[in-house]
Amino acid sequence: MITGTPILDHSLTLLLVIPLVGILPLLAFIKDARAAKQVAIVTTFAELVVSLVMLAQFRVGEAGFQMVESVAWLPSLGIRYEVGVDGISVLLVVLTTLLTFISVLYSSGGAIKQRVGEFMVAFLLLEVGMVGVFIALDLFLFYVMFELMLIPMYLIIGIWGGTRRVYATLKFVLFTLAGSLLMLVAIVAVYLNSGPAGSRTLSFPDLIAGPTRFAPEFQVWAFLAFALAFAIKLPMVPFHTWLPDAHVEAPTAGSIVLAGILLKAGGYGLIRFALPLFPIGAQVWLPIVIVLSVVAILYGAMVSTVQKDLKKLIAYSSVAHMGFVTLGLFVLNTQGGVGAVLQMLNHGVVTGALFLFVGIEYEKTHRRQIADLGGFANHWPLYTGFFGIFVLASLGLPGLNGFVGEFLVLLGTFRYGGQPISGLLWGPLAAIGVILAAIYLLWMFQRVMYGPVREAYKALPDLTPIEVACAAPLLVLTILMGVFPQPLIAIIQPSVDRMLALAGATITVAVH
Amino acid sequence: MSVDVVGLVWLVPGIPLAAAIVNGLFGRRWLHRTTGVIASVALGLSAALGLAIFFAVLASGGQPRVVTLYEWIGVGDFRVDTAALVDPLSATMVAVVAGISFLIHIFSIGYMEHDRGIHRFFTWLPLFVFFMLTLVLADNYLLMFVGWEGVGLCSYLLIGFWFEKPAPYTAANKAFWMNRIGDWGFTIGTILTFLTFGSLNFHEVFDKVAGVAQTQPLTITFIALAFFLGATGKSAQLPLYSWLPDAMEGPTPVSALIHAATMVTAGVYLVARSTPIFADAGSALVVVGIVGAVTALFAATIALVQVDIKRVLAYSTVSQLGYMFLACGVGAPIAAIFHLATHAFFKALLFLGSGSVIHATEEQDMRRMGGLRRKMPITYWTFLLAGGALAAIPPLAGFWSKDEIVGAAFTSGHQILWSVGIGTGLLTAFYTTRMIYLTFHGEPRDHHLYDHAHESPPVMTVPLMLLAAGAVLAGLVLGFPPDAGFIHRFLAGVVSAEAGQQPEAPNYVLIAVLAAVAVVAALIGIGIGYAMYARRRPDPAAVSRAAGPIYTLLVNKYFVDELYDHRIIDGGRALFGAAWAFDAHIIDGIVDRLAWLTALIGSGLRRVQTGVVGNYALSIAAGLLVLIVVYGGYATGMLHR
Repeated sequence: MITGTPILDHSLTLLLVIPLVGILPLLAFIKDARAAKQVAIVTTFAELVVSLVMLAQFRVGEAGFQMVESVAWLPSLGIRYEVGVDGISVLLVVLTTLLTFISVLYSSGGAIKQRVGEFMVAFLLLEVGMVGVFIALDLFLFYVMFELMLIPMYLIIGIWGGTRRVYATLKFVLFTLAGSLLMLVAIVAVYLNSGPAGSRTLSFPDLIAGPTRFAPEFQVWAFLAFALAFAIKLPMVPFHTWLPDAHVEAPTAGSIVLAGILLKAGGYGLIRFALPLFPIGAQVWLPIVIVLSVVAILYGAMVSTVQKDLKKLIAYSSVAHMGFVTLGLFVLNTQGGVGAVLQMLNHGVVTGALFLFVGIEYEKTHRRQIADLGGFANHWPLYTGFFGIFVLASLGLPGLNGFVGEFLVLLGTFRYGGQPISGLLWGPLAAIGVILAAIYLLWMFQRVMYGPVREAYKALPDLTPIEVACAAPLLVLTILMGVFPQPLIAIIQPSVDRMLALAGATITVAVH
Repeated sequence: MSVDVVGLVWLVPGIPLAAAIVNGLFGRRWLHRTTGVIASVALGLSAALGLAIFFAVLASGGQPRVVTLYEWIGVGDFRVDTAALVDPLSATMVAVVAGISFLIHIFSIGYMEHDRGIHRFFTWLPLFVFFMLTLVLADNYLLMFVGWEGVGLCSYLLIGFWFEKPAPYTAANKAFWMNRIGDWGFTIGTILTFLTFGSLNFHEVFDKVAGVAQTQPLTITFIALAFFLGATGKSAQLPLYSWLPDAMEGPTPVSALIHAATMVTAGVYLVARSTPIFADAGSALVVVGIVGAVTALFAATIALVQVDIKRVLAYSTVSQLGYMFLACGVGAPIAAIFHLATHAFFKALLFLGSGSVIHATEEQDMRRMGGLRRKMPITYWTFLLAGGALAAIPPLAGFWSKDEIVGAAFTSGHQILWSVGIGTGLLTAFYTTRMIYLTFHGEPRDHHLYDHAHESPPVMTVPLMLLAAGAVLAGLVLGFPPDAGFIHRFLAGVVSAEAGQQPEAPNYVLIAVLAAVAVVAALIGIGIGYAMYARRRPDPAAVSRAAGPIYTLLVNKYFVDELYDHRIIDGGRALFGAAWAFDAHIIDGIVDRLAWLTALIGSGLRRVQTGVVGNYALSIAAGLLVLIVVYGGYATGMLHR
């Protein structure tokens, strides 16, 4: 444990403060692109380092929240500034700081050409929101952070996006806002239902202490409101159509954090809040979620296969991959839950990397239609090696990270004995998604990388050093998390078990 | 012995992995052709250590040992380690895989000398061996799956080695996708195994099989069928066989590796390793035997009419693998492993021999060859020996192992499967004779090609000669006397259908009679081949007239490729396209309609903002009314809080 430096006793708060502090000099140098890049790189790097220190301070094997800081914020409403991490959130925080740093680093390499200062401000603000979502323990604070993620991303797509950016960004905002407003209503209702006046609270640790505070009928609707907000964010079928449009129009860095982090906020919200707070409500909606998850896995893969645009293909593959997350969470057993959290981390690393590489390719060729590409394998050996390994991880090759999460989710699914039909049907069906992943990913890889190279692309260079620097940490993680997943599982499992115990603690109570 | 070689077992796959990493990182810039030397030296060390371990296991009386590296995945009651199981079966496989791969590596130094992708080749080749060794050493199904999919990946990379051309990358995709269908079965089998036995560890599972078979016989059957689906993908059995003939698009040493040492033997190994499960799997075992026998016959008939030397060999491999599954199906898994070992020698030799021919002539079509034995004597003589082994001529290696399989089919009461085995043996002898005559005998049919042909350099011919020694001797060394040879004694404790039971003394009279029948069948096949091809090549048109629709059916490979590559692909595209249309027009269409509707309502509501104060007053009053009702409802408890 690293202690002694008093400021590091508040490392979670520090993680929220650092990007805000970085914004100040950025505002001063807002017209100076070079200075803005430097400030943003230094800030996000400092944030990454602090998050690693925080990870080192984390006590592995404990299920509860650690490094909790709790201060009254709006005492009259019982709202607190309360932050803390457990085994589920601690790794998501590190993933956030890593992907943000990589995105800023890559964007500084020339991918963002105008309004660089403003872009970096938006990105740092986004980082506050993303980190905040994963460390907030007060429901109101969580809601604020959840919305705070939305606004900078709205700007990033709307200002630095592609030609149809206005349509895409409006769709993205309206979808997400619809969900999160439902959640806001539910949060207010949770507050009113959390006890008699005077003892009401929105603090998650308080809400889960002792027997559940919520009547069964209330849980049914509160769960639905929360779950809808998170289902849109994930996104689950049929609320997914904002995602391909947003990805296609977003700049590369936006796509990386959108796929890598923002979607995870949905999965995180489900296991952190929706399931443990409303276990009875969860039981009511669970069969629908299971069916929709399997549909997402198969349907997302099928639609992905016939995409003509690289970014859309990967966006639809995200729909399929996130289907494994919801499936794993809702089969309500250890393997499924741990597999789902691992799948979130793995998907963050791998799909973030895939969007990075599509962006790199687009920067060079200015083409993203698969039909316009081809033959890079002999031409860009470095690019091919990196991209190939990420593609293999995404299709779940054992030995790389994607496999571990998906296998555990499948194992948990086979074990699911509940309604409407047992996991012995859903497991084999979901496993077909793994076959389909090989089809759409390898077919894409073949059309982009194999065959003869076009004359126009022959002069284009392979990866630059800065691009290698962006991709290398992701590659190392992709391999390490596949070969040595156990250290991560040791962090994740106790907290997943705790959340699932809450989700299942009262499931014997009948609903009526 | 003071050194614990078994404890070093992870170095056997580790050294090839290290070579792959070094060549992968530094090959393109710095090492170039040195990569071949690095990979070959690594494989040599790995093979030497593999042999040392083989003898250590032999010396210890076949005592199994587990060498654990670390805990790989542990979640709740689920736990798998990265651990190696060293027992007679895995030691045999390690020796065969590492030894033959080593010779193929050396041969490849010569064969790939002028290819500009040589560093890639010598990155993926040792990686291939690494995954295969992981597969055979794993002590549980999940780690085995790492090797299982890993060899699938490497075959994909190597089949598509010349990826600028469509045929190789199409074949590569086909190989990976077909294997993935099989891997779906493997995944399901693995998970069902864990749910049934509470473990994926071989020993823990096999200890419980007998007990579970009493209570849940159907579950065991399902598990066995799921694993067998995986095996049909990897070992190219019906219906998932058609990737293997296409796999010859890769460089020829790759074919030798895939067909002999790595990849296709994995399915046989899986079934042999899982003998306790399959032994209690009831009807699943019958399925294995029938699929094996039908595949053996099916592929042999296709091989009859192929004109590409590598395609003949490819269908021959499918057919020979069918024999191995036939053996597993009739309860003779040791015979399957025996044939796997001898086949590894002679099929590697046949492929490398054909590679030597292709290297010399840059031609794969046998119709343009002929008379090459005068130009390539070493290649010819070694090829002839391997062909004799394939045709099961005594005392060459293939005779002993194939005869044991066919004999086991008879003695276990499967007379129909036995007759299929004998008939396939006749066809095998025929197509082997045809291949040898078309390639090496007769007059040269293309003089330009013939004049430029030359014997290959020693780096290629020495591996051929070493493999030839194996193709001649392996059967006698491993399997004499029949049904009680060394390999039987060595493997009996691990892969016998009735573990622990003393095997009955072989009935040598019966064995001799059955062997005589098989040899006569082979001689008839050779005789027909000689009669047709010794003097001159028959006119294909005449053959086609004589055989009629059968010839059409065989030349078109029963139209299975047509079905798989066109009908099924087209169907898939239509389905996926429909899903995409549904997404774009229905799901997203509803979203856009909702937005349009909202805009419509908005512009409608704009008219409410009339500016007339009276209207506003009215709506304020209405709102107040609603509030009062709601508050009142709460206060009186009519609305639940």
